[in-house]
Amino acid sequence: MSVPIAHVARNTFREAVRDRVLYNLIFFALLLVGAALLFGQISIGIQRIVLINLGLTAISVFGVVIAIFIGIGLVSKEMEKKTLYTILSRPVRRWEFIVGKFGGLAWTLVVNTFLMAVGFFAALLLLAHHFERADGWLLVAIYFIILEFVVVTALALLFSTFSSPVLSAVMALALFVIGTFAEDLRAFAAMSHGATRLFATLAAYVVPNFASLNVISSVAHGQPIAASLILYNTVYSLLYAAAALCGAILVFEYRNLK
Amino acid sequence: MSKRGTTTVVAALVLAASLAGAALTVRRLDHLRTGATAEEALYVPSPRILQRMSLGYTGLLADIYWTRAVQYFGTQHHLHSKQYKLLDPLLNIATTLDPHLLVAYEFGAIFLAQKPPEGAGDPDAAVRLVEHGVRENPSAWRLYYNLGFIQYFERHDYAAAADAFQRGSRVPGAYPWMRVMAAQMSQHAGDLQTARFLWSSLYQTTESNDIRVNAAKHLRALQVDEQVSVLEKLAAGFRERTGRWPASWAEMVAGGYLRGVPVDPTRKPYRLLPQGKVVVQVPEDFPFITQGLPGEEPSGRTQTESK
Amino acid sequence: MPAIETFQLEKSYTTGFWRKRRVAGLKPLTVAVEPGEVFGYLGPNGAGKTTTLKLLMGLIFPTGGSARILGMELSDRRMKSLIGFLPEQPYFYEYLTASELLEYYAQLSGVPGRERTRRVQEMLARVGMSQSARTQLRKLSKGMLQRVGIAQAILHDPKVVFFDEPMSGLDPLGRREVRDLIQNLKDEGRTVFFSTHILSDAEALCDRVAILHKGELRGVGAVEELTARTQSKVEILFHGLPAITLLSALGAECHATGETVRAVLAESQQDLALDALRREGARLISLTPVRATLEDYFIERLGERMDAAEVRR
Repeated sequence: MSVPIAHVARNTFREAVRDRVLYNLIFFALLLVGAALLFGQISIGIQRIVLINLGLTAISVFGVVIAIFIGIGLVSKEMEKKTLYTILSRPVRRWEFIVGKFGGLAWTLVVNTFLMAVGFFAALLLLAHHFERADGWLLVAIYFIILEFVVVTALALLFSTFSSPVLSAVMALALFVIGTFAEDLRAFAAMSHGATRLFATLAAYVVPNFASLNVISSVAHGQPIAASLILYNTVYSLLYAAAALCGAILVFEYRNLK
Repeated sequence: MSKRGTTTVVAALVLAASLAGAALTVRRLDHLRTGATAEEALYVPSPRILQRMSLGYTGLLADIYWTRAVQYFGTQHHLHSKQYKLLDPLLNIATTLDPHLLVAYEFGAIFLAQKPPEGAGDPDAAVRLVEHGVRENPSAWRLYYNLGFIQYFERHDYAAAADAFQRGSRVPGAYPWMRVMAAQMSQHAGDLQTARFLWSSLYQTTESNDIRVNAAKHLRALQVDEQVSVLEKLAAGFRERTGRWPASWAEMVAGGYLRGVPVDPTRKPYRLLPQGKVVVQVPEDFPFITQGLPGEEPSGRTQTESK
Repeated sequence: MPAIETFQLEKSYTTGFWRKRRVAGLKPLTVAVEPGEVFGYLGPNGAGKTTTLKLLMGLIFPTGGSARILGMELSDRRMKSLIGFLPEQPYFYEYLTASELLEYYAQLSGVPGRERTRRVQEMLARVGMSQSARTQLRKLSKGMLQRVGIAQAILHDPKVVFFDEPMSGLDPLGRREVRDLIQNLKDEGRTVFFSTHILSDAEALCDRVAILHKGELRGVGAVEELTARTQSKVEILFHGLPAITLLSALGAECHATGETVRAVLAESQQDLALDALRREGARLISLTPVRATLEDYFIERLGERMDAAEVRR
């Protein structure tokens, strides 16, 4: 791996970790996990299900928000505030900067998720007093959530190379929502005709496919997850993130900095 | 080539390759997960909770579940499955989120009620669904029509069917034939004519393509039932006249009973079996026929002879 | 081989939504800077100084022409490790401390691991920031940030250093420090290219200057040469307000403080001025030649185009 990439990544991680926004969001996520414990009290018999559903959804949603805001914040901020001037006047290639930024952000999110997962599992332990075999699938669900973050981060990075922070955040969030219903979009495309079908199909494949990465309700019911699903989800997420990253690199390569 | 040029080319190539790879992987994933999204309908604790969680965008979510219901049915039907256990939950969620989704009630009236493999075979669930629709949409006369359908065809409860059509005919704006149907119920329940009337009215007025196809199948089945009935009567007539069963269509044509070899609606000739039994060549073409199926006794005949 | 050279380097922008107009950020610029020179790049705000620097740093891309630094292309990585850049009002990662920031920059500039810490300490000491090395940048004052900025520009021992308005926002003490630093850099044999709109600094430090106005080069050359070409002036101090009218007619700038008037006018008008004073009965206090300053040259040139004789050396 090129050395500048490692340095940029390490610095990005450091910068993200020191930003207070991160901690506020983690705090809220954990708060929600705690709340899930309380909700569970109300519905006897499905406490575990409620905790897992709410807990993992909180981690997922807050994680996406963090991914978007840190991703956009760190890169757009650099563009706006001109930290880039002193970076790019050094022997760092533009694409190395992008890849390094991505690496640092992804790593930040992994650490993030780890912290939130610890809180989550602590809550689960509190509820169930011991772990079951089926709880192993929860780790897979969390792994998928991390894959979601990787894709969202790559998209956030792509948008911030050409768009203002607010617009980038909006677009990334919009794609996240649409991506959750990507499968339905493909079903709709299959049922339509003519121009609608063409556009819908195109959109359905370009939009990130988050539907298959969300296995929260399955694991809440203790359902196992097929190894092939894990494999294909991993491959998909990496390919999609790579595509988004390449897009970012291309845009950034030709961008005149303000 | 300049450094910038190299980067551009490499990035563009990787971009194209990754997107293509991602699209292919998505197809794999969809394949792996057929039905998985629909299955999640089972895990929704209750539609009411989903309604709250949708943050007010219930209309959109209802549309999504409705789309999934249609897709689910289509996939299962295509696979010649006999199971449609997710259809009821999906339709229930869709109509809870959007109680005014009239087309969903009609879909459920037909496809929840009909026996497998053409439906879920659960008329009670269908009735529950449509009754819910009626409560939420008192001015939608068509729902009474749907209700009447279920009572008539799947439950064979002619009184209840008549009642449903009556109630519907009293709703302002109802089509005039509602009253006609109510009348038919009481006098000609069980008749071929009534059935034909009902199915052709559905065929002409439904918005759903799936239902239209289904109605057409029913109408064809009625046609076959009628034809088989007539042909078997003719064969019996031949037997009375000549003392023996006709051995082929040619004999009956020669005897002046028929003008030519009789064909079914798909233009395949009927088969004349011993003892005047008429069957269709390809039973799979006609999912709803009650006559002309091999392995059954001809209508109106007692089992006096073997073979 | 010049340290910096540009060949018709140009940058224009299209603005406007419906009817696109071309706006020139920088008109074709051809200039060369020799190794070891301190070169001042002067001009009013908005003249295109920062645009030129951004072009040289590869932050924006030219719409015409080309440039080389140390004989190498602008995208050359080797070249980038031999130059340093301090942008105007720099902003750095606010959560890093000064030493962390410099460490990071040293890494990016390819300073080998073992040397890094030593260099960073050295630089911090050199710019007087050793005390605040562990403070997060968001807590530092503007002057201190500027010093950190200078440190990051030179810590990797560059041959050419670029500064964009290095004195901006500094108090007189800070400005003095920067001037001393630039002088030191020159003594160390480095080439310094800096842009400024403060002419007195340029006059004091630069071997050669270029003057830019509205994206166009208006003059380039050694300071003495340029000021020599300007019209010499004389300053006349006298008592006698009525004389002002006559002297103004000769093109003098007059300022009256009480009874005393200070008039500055071209040397060629000197005799006519003295005659006027005599006629009016004004009392002469002093007559002093005024050394032409860069400012005079500057103002003169801003109104004119560059003539063909002033091509790069």
